[in-house]
Amino acid sequence: MSPARPSSDTPLIDARGLVKRFGDRIAVDGVDVAVHAGEAFGFLGPNGAGKTSTMRMIGCVSPPSGGELTVLGMDPLRDGAAIRARFGVCPQDDHLDPELTTGDNLTTYARYFGISRRDARRRAAELLDFVQLGERAGSKVSTLSGGMKRRLAIARALVNDPDVILLDEPTTGLDPQARHLVWDRLFRLKRRGVTLVVTTHYMDEAEQLCDRLVIMDAGKIVAEGSPPSLIERYCTKDVVELRFGDDALEPYADKLEGIGDRLEVLPDRILLYAADGDTVAPVLYGRDLAPSGVLVRRAGLEDVFLRLTGRTLVED
Amino acid sequence: MAHPSVAVLEYHLVSYRRMWRSTLFSSFAMPVLLFVGVGAAVGEYVDRGDALPVPYLHYIAGGMLAFTGMQVAITESGFPVQSYMTWDKVYHGMAATPVRVADILAGHLLYIALRVAAASAAFLVVMVPFGAVGSAWAVLTPLVAALVGLSVAAPMFAYSASVTGPYLMTVMRFATMVMTFFSGAYFPVDQLREPLSLVAYPLPLWHGVELCRAAALGTGTAWPVAAHVGVLAAWFAGGLALAHPRFVKRLAT
Ligand SMILES: Nc1ncnc2c1ncn2[C@@H]1O[C@H](COP(=O)(O)OP(=O)(O)O)[C@@H](O)[C@H]1O
Ligand SMILES: [Mg+2]
Repeated sequence: MSPARPSSDTPLIDARGLVKRFGDRIAVDGVDVAVHAGEAFGFLGPNGAGKTSTMRMIGCVSPPSGGELTVLGMDPLRDGAAIRARFGVCPQDDHLDPELTTGDNLTTYARYFGISRRDARRRAAELLDFVQLGERAGSKVSTLSGGMKRRLAIARALVNDPDVILLDEPTTGLDPQARHLVWDRLFRLKRRGVTLVVTTHYMDEAEQLCDRLVIMDAGKIVAEGSPPSLIERYCTKDVVELRFGDDALEPYADKLEGIGDRLEVLPDRILLYAADGDTVAPVLYGRDLAPSGVLVRRAGLEDVFLRLTGRTLVED
Repeated sequence: MAHPSVAVLEYHLVSYRRMWRSTLFSSFAMPVLLFVGVGAAVGEYVDRGDALPVPYLHYIAGGMLAFTGMQVAITESGFPVQSYMTWDKVYHGMAATPVRVADILAGHLLYIALRVAAASAAFLVVMVPFGAVGSAWAVLTPLVAALVGLSVAAPMFAYSASVTGPYLMTVMRFATMVMTFFSGAYFPVDQLREPLSLVAYPLPLWHGVELCRAAALGTGTAWPVAAHVGVLAAWFAGGLALAHPRFVKRLAT
């Protein structure tokens, strides 16, 4: 893996006004990001926000339709192969060969980077152990679970000892246990100083993994910062979730007027933003409101997203 | 360091190691059975009339060798290409590495050329005990078959890379059928009436049949050898010129 983070200020990835169009549809609409060495950087946004399109431009597989993009100090259009040589990519839909074994998927891939057959075999064995697939070295990929395939795709992204790893929704569709295993491996990479660029529509994943992130919606960046700084900027410390066992929540919202800093009425609950959630409950009962459920929790990126877009990140 | 297209070829060879058994019948057994079956049964009639200067079995051998190569090439450049491009996206995996689109194409086509050469070499070996090899030039037939394979695979790549509907099978069947009838593998094309026989000349397989038959029997070709090779090369080059931009476009979206 790369040594400790270089002190250089030049970003590894520098995008200005980046645009991707598919016919009339604008998938990425003027995105500015700078990712520095050693950082774990995130793109958080709902489905269709333009995360994958952005990642594919950064990964030099899809040419930008507009704007400027410099990657590792090079031009993706001219130096695409040289840039890709130093990247590790875990695409959203794996791109594994289901008919090959896990080991063969890794060794054949290593050869694309000019790694010798011998090193490829050694590397494949190490990486399979790293993602806890050592015992499945001879298994066909089509026999693996979704979580195993994901880990294999991550192992494959490491085969060339990359400077930067691009992970497009690393844990989407995985069960909690499988997600934690993936997160654990990504933490280890982060500790080794590898630059991580992650997309996700899970706010907990973004909070867990990212030093810094941008929130994307409809092709645009709507906010940027570290997870705590974003929460501080756009939310109160606490959120009180209120349920009333009733579909019509507006009347309750009216009665809540003046309590806390801000209200959000969702289809099934009301979110009440307050600096100290515990002080809210007594006031509620004082106003003759009897919610069927009260949950006081810390504000998170989900709340930031709701604040900025008026929508929830993951449609239930 | 090996060229990236060689790494792509290696991938296909590793992949073939997993499935070579399933190709034995279509690539080796079936062509041989067809050769012996048609050669003996039809040959019985044809040879009675002395219509050909050589026994029918010998007459069709070289052409069938070329035909076998074409079939392997069409099969390998149909569903596998569609799958790598649209379903498993194995090509997309390659495109995220230093491998370029040209390397992806070159490596896969090289693999198909090797598969075709292997199938036609095996066919050539079977021809020997039947006395169907009358010239040392016959050793060149696997090479010619490989060129025939490339000349049909390259345009097929262009088609398979961009089609997602159910038409791929239809196109493969149609191309195979037309070339089976109009390429002179089983009977001389001038047996057909004038406008029909003209169908043969643009088809890559007819040129492959002419070259392979001539090489196997040590006879002359209908056109100068360079002209036959030129038409095959033109199909190959034209197919590449269509396939490369399509691959670039599909892999970028
Ligand atoms: N190849 C494509 N052709 C046409 N539209 C596309 C293509 N890829 C993505 N899009 C569209 O661009 C938008 C952004 O998609 P994407 O980048 O995949 O978002 P995300 O990864 O955040 O879900 C979506 O509206 C999607 O439908
Ligand atoms: Mg996506």
